Amino acid sequence: MSDEPAPPLEPWQVMAENCDVITSVIPWGRRLSFRITKVEKGHVWGIQPWKDRLVGDPDTGVIHGGVLTGFLDNLCGPAAMSALSTPHFVATLDLRIDYMRPADPRRDIIGEAECYHLTRNVAFTRAWAYHESRDKVIATAAGAFAINKPRSIDSMRSQYGE
Amino acid sequence: MANDMDLSRAEEVEAFIARTPLAQELGIRCEVMGDEMTAILPFQEKLIGNVSIRALHGGAIAAFLELTAQAQVFLVTEHLTHPPRPINLTIDYLRQGHAKETYARASITKMGRRMCSVQAVAWQDERAKPVTSLMAHFMVGGD
Repeated sequence: MSDEPAPPLEPWQVMAENCDVITSVIPWGRRLSFRITKVEKGHVWGIQPWKDRLVGDPDTGVIHGGVLTGFLDNLCGPAAMSALSTPHFVATLDLRIDYMRPADPRRDIIGEAECYHLTRNVAFTRAWAYHESRDKVIATAAGAFAINKPRSIDSMRSQYGE
Repeated sequence: MANDMDLSRAEEVEAFIARTPLAQELGIRCEVMGDEMTAILPFQEKLIGNVSIRALHGGAIAAFLELTAQAQVFLVTEHLTHPPRPINLTIDYLRQGHAKETYARASITKMGRRMCSVQAVAWQDERAKPVTSLMAHFMVGGD
């Protein structure tokens, strides 16, 4: 029965509520057709479906590495954003991708990213792409993100069309 | 592609871009001049990553650079029958990519027997103001 206002939501909570629309507001995200499936503080999960139009080698039907780059970039960014206690815009500074093994043709790819360190200006993230588990990765990523100007929780909500 | 024995290597690179679904999805063209090539990414709405500032998506530029580097290695490595497979790559996002045409060129830093090191740069209005740069390693033999 206290009169204290409810504590403000943290970015990851707004993101978790809007998982399914986070990528639908990004045109290139829609073309890649990936989705974010789960968000916790500093950790996000997603899925990159196999699509004809994303193939890199028509002889094998294996998806192009450039799709994995976009997918992992798009998991690392939200992982960085979700690690912050107050909302900010983030921008990719750099991203390194290591290709461990080719993806299986015609099979969806699962990915996850975590933000493992934050400084005042930079968020450090890493990510994995695989079919079944992190024990057998297709590709890994390490990305650094600049933490830019603060934004309001409402601006996050309206971005997600809430 | 190994069957196209009558094609010049420049034509094989153009054929690679033409028959690779992701390159077509991005809408990439390339202009080959001897052992050099410039890749062109025409602007399309679907390449946008941030609707409010109308910036190109970093992942789209990265895929464009990766394809450019792959095509450049294929262009100059005569013994390859297929475009080379990437080992790893690092992308530096230097400036915002605006909603306009983007160009890229790649150069080979070191060609080894099994691996090669490549750098690629994407720019828009001024080559001296790169939007994104990439450093990558590709397998060129002994797969």
